[in-house]
Amino acid sequence: MLIEKEILSAVNKLFKRSWWKILAIILLVYTIVAGLLAPVPRLAILNETIRVLHFHVPMWFGMIILLTLSVVYSIKYLRNPGTQHDIYAIEFANIGVVFGILGILSGALWANYTWGSPWSSDPKQNGAAIALLIYFAYFILRNSLEDEQQRAKISAIYNIFAFAALVPLLFILPRLTDSLHPGNGGNPGFNAYDLDSNLRIVFYPAVIGWTLLGGWLASLRIRLQIIKNKLHEKLEENYLHASPYAAAQPGSQPLESSADTRK
Amino acid sequence: MGIVNSHHGISCNIKSLLIEKLLAYRITGDSCKVVLDFMLFREITLLLKKEIILEWRQRYALNGILLYVVSAVFVCYLSFNLQRGLLNVVTWNALFWIIMLFVAFNAISKSFIQERYGRLIYYYTIASPQGIILAKILYNLLLMLLLSVACFVFYALVMGNQVQNGWLFGGNLLLGACGFSVTLTMISGIASKAHNSNTLMAILGFPVMVPMLLMIIKVSKNAIDGLPTNVSYDEVWVLLAINVMVGTVSYILFPFLWRS
Repeated sequence: MLIEKEILSAVNKLFKRSWWKILAIILLVYTIVAGLLAPVPRLAILNETIRVLHFHVPMWFGMIILLTLSVVYSIKYLRNPGTQHDIYAIEFANIGVVFGILGILSGALWANYTWGSPWSSDPKQNGAAIALLIYFAYFILRNSLEDEQQRAKISAIYNIFAFAALVPLLFILPRLTDSLHPGNGGNPGFNAYDLDSNLRIVFYPAVIGWTLLGGWLASLRIRLQIIKNKLHEKLEENYLHASPYAAAQPGSQPLESSADTRK
Repeated sequence: MGIVNSHHGISCNIKSLLIEKLLAYRITGDSCKVVLDFMLFREITLLLKKEIILEWRQRYALNGILLYVVSAVFVCYLSFNLQRGLLNVVTWNALFWIIMLFVAFNAISKSFIQERYGRLIYYYTIASPQGIILAKILYNLLLMLLLSVACFVFYALVMGNQVQNGWLFGGNLLLGACGFSVTLTMISGIASKAHNSNTLMAILGFPVMVPMLLMIIKVSKNAIDGLPTNVSYDEVWVLLAINVMVGTVSYILFPFLWRS
């Protein structure tokens, strides 16, 4: 009875603390099963490749959300400097960039079969590539600064600055130019496809599921970094406390003895 | 002050004038907002004056960047090996703006990178960060205006002038100079904090410049094709909006950079 209660409370605790992780798993399993098996609209050229909607487009949602979180933590860092905020900012950016790379790869694969070539100089493709360039530059900037506080501060400044310059690229420019992407330049958009809502009931859960997975990955990396920092601090502390003591012990003996001999 | 004195060539009277004025404005400026705004304005004009005087004293930097423009254009002309006016419009346009991009990087990268450490500390003690970034942006804007006019004149001379809507092209040149100076001044400040500043300046700056550059090239193409000005209003507005946004972000963020 006691053991059962304990197990029950443990499960309860687990569920309370990580309900969103369980939700992510359920949503992603649903996305993969329904995304591959559910009925989709029959359309020329696209055919079955329309299913990429559930795997490619959520990558962009995930990337934008994660990069926005990264900028939010950069702003937090500047308002209230603390190592924690810097770790959040860099790790959200890391996972955001992983999502961006996956988005570009899945998009290129799809474009190869529908547009005829993996890279068609589409404004959205170019925008995504430039976004990645900006964040690679952010990583290089971080690596070229040695002092930890300096690194955190200056990379936070660049993160905010670059994000401000990136927003028009990702949200305004694609609307001013024609794009091959569905929904732009006379191509039928998302709304035209799903008159029967078949895509919609898989797509929205997919977006939530992938984004939650991104948050999960980022939270793991953040925790790892925080533990690493703590270990590092502890080692440093031990070294600082131990070294004068260790140096005094063997050093004191000969000093006294030499004083003795002088007498 | 002694360190600064030995390092650069502002003559004594200008420097003492500068310090006196700046200190006076700083002290009186605490009392009310109007005086503060006025103070910032005075500070900017003084710093701007100082930049121009310094540049004029060490004319080799200005002459160097002008020669850079001329040789870059000439190298492009020779490598295309074309007769006048035979260049495709798209190529003419792209080439012009790529030359401008590189000129801008070279001209603006020195705004913080080439400042000596002692001089930066000196500014830190006498001026507010907002004053410094605005003065630098304004100075770079003037410099870029001069360079873009020089670049266009020489480019048109050797490659042939294909522009049909001159007003739009001129306005676009002005907006371009604005965009380059607003964006790259801040990037130069960021890059100056790291070790390999020159490489860093390029990799930090290129992707950030892209949205602006795309708009500029588009408007420029419209101007070359002689389309009426109202066709490009959308792009001009976006360009202005990006300029204002990036400028505001620089104004807010620079104090943090300056303090580190």
